[in-house]
Amino acid sequence: MKILVPVKRVVDSNVKIRVCPDGSGVDLANVKMSMNPFDEIAVEQAVRFKELGKASEVVVVSVGAKGASETLRTGLAMGADRGIHVVTDSAIEPLAVAKILTRIVIDERPQLVIVGKQAIDDDCNQTGQMLAGLLHWPQATFASKTELAGNTIIVTREIDGGLQTLELDLPAVITSDLRLNEPRYASLSNIMKAKKKLIVEMTPEELGVDIMPRLKIGRTIEPPVRGGGKKVTNVTELVQVVRNYI
Amino acid sequence: MSVLLLAEHDNAKVTDATARALSAALQIDRSVDVLVVGQDCHTAAEDAATLSGVSRAILVQDARYQHFLAEALADLIVNLSGNYQTLIAPGTAIGKSVMPRVAAQLDVMQVTDVSRVLTPTSFERLIYAGNAIQIVEVPHDKSVLTIRVASFESVAASESAAPIECAAPGPAFPKTRFVGESIRKTGRPELTSARIVISGGRGMGSADNFDALIKPIADKLGAAIGASRAAVDSGFAPNDWQVGQTGKVVAPELYIAIGISGAIQHLAGMKDAKVIVAINKDEEAPIFQVADYGLVGDLFSVLPEFNRTLKQPV
Repeated sequence: MKILVPVKRVVDSNVKIRVCPDGSGVDLANVKMSMNPFDEIAVEQAVRFKELGKASEVVVVSVGAKGASETLRTGLAMGADRGIHVVTDSAIEPLAVAKILTRIVIDERPQLVIVGKQAIDDDCNQTGQMLAGLLHWPQATFASKTELAGNTIIVTREIDGGLQTLELDLPAVITSDLRLNEPRYASLSNIMKAKKKLIVEMTPEELGVDIMPRLKIGRTIEPPVRGGGKKVTNVTELVQVVRNYI
Repeated sequence: MSVLLLAEHDNAKVTDATARALSAALQIDRSVDVLVVGQDCHTAAEDAATLSGVSRAILVQDARYQHFLAEALADLIVNLSGNYQTLIAPGTAIGKSVMPRVAAQLDVMQVTDVSRVLTPTSFERLIYAGNAIQIVEVPHDKSVLTIRVASFESVAASESAAPIECAAPGPAFPKTRFVGESIRKTGRPELTSARIVISGGRGMGSADNFDALIKPIADKLGAAIGASRAAVDSGFAPNDWQVGQTGKVVAPELYIAIGISGAIQHLAGMKDAKVIVAINKDEEAPIFQVADYGLVGDLFSVLPEFNRTLKQPV
């Protein structure tokens, strides 16, 4: 069984971003970039399925500019077998990514696509659901536990009131949530091996996908700054504050 | 043209999240239909119909919607979408699972977690864990949105009731099947609608400590209990207590953060609270930068004293 895992290059989760004063966006110059943490979890899950003998091949795919190939190399170092880099310098919306992935799915015929729940830059939380919708495949979002069972996958999801378990016929799309697994660090030898793994490049045009954005992005502004920093010295003061709310 | 809002409900009443999403919807257009879908939910439709500003409640009942699974819900909404310019859902687990699927099937982009309605076609939303606000404009003909419910007030109930119309179910989706669920009913207010939230971090050390130290305060205050990601990952709190960028977003009157350092990702989920109180033994903890009242101290001695003092008659 083949598993496809889309991965996105995003600002590292430890970075405190700065909003450009001219409203043009977030300042990304010289900022540390990493694989989206939810995508690391997705790659990890796919690689574990391979190690369990449930999958034969893990393919990572990324849509983006030159730097996306580094993200693919990270996925390969974690244990994916080969990569696909859909090269574009344009800003690309989840709908366009989903359409690109649809074309790749039709070509590659994976039985499972594991997508990170959300990208920590745009916080959209859409791509997996959109892909599943375009393919008309079953979807299970916010997966915290997965079990492959022949032609189905059993997924426990984190939902608002607790946990829900679904059974999906394959092929299916799942989106990974925080507690699905703890991703491995690629060892140095795996990083070296990954350099020899194949990454194929293609463009959205070659895939026949129109990536023109549908939304018009206006200004990006800073949120109102919250004041704070007042300290109290004892519990009684604190209780007095809190009492007002009972 | 008008708005269709997907309601969330327990078959009897629609949720507070729905009432908040409705207030966002009414800022977009005065004509809002609320869609109530489920297996046996006529009572919820009656409740939806009494929300102030609703034009119609659309009721769809079938066993296939019993567990609100995304695929069948999406197909239904797509079927109904022709009459509406804007399709909206609260930004809950259900809304977030369903609406992007709807959007893709309609070949439109979706806007996630709208935090402010500027005009009927332009909105603010938060990006980078709430560290930036992005202004987004959607096309005029069709748009799909989820609403960041913490950013909106609930609509009140009205004296009158809008008409309820029944619509036919959409197709079933047999490839996805419900197996089971573990949902906790605590008798506590819901996290995303509670007036007061008290959250514990990894510093709590164990689930037992949540029980022994935080629960009594929550009981006394009538508060909901939340947790940081670290506390949930460590098994001290269940996943549905997680507050943060990728968990629940809350905007209560009062947020009490216990043993929570205040990582960017946690702040994303609670920095809209009216008042923030923080207790942490590290005086450099970032949480103190946003706390209106901070107490530097060991939670294991502070909380028992807090409890005792709270219980004393005023």
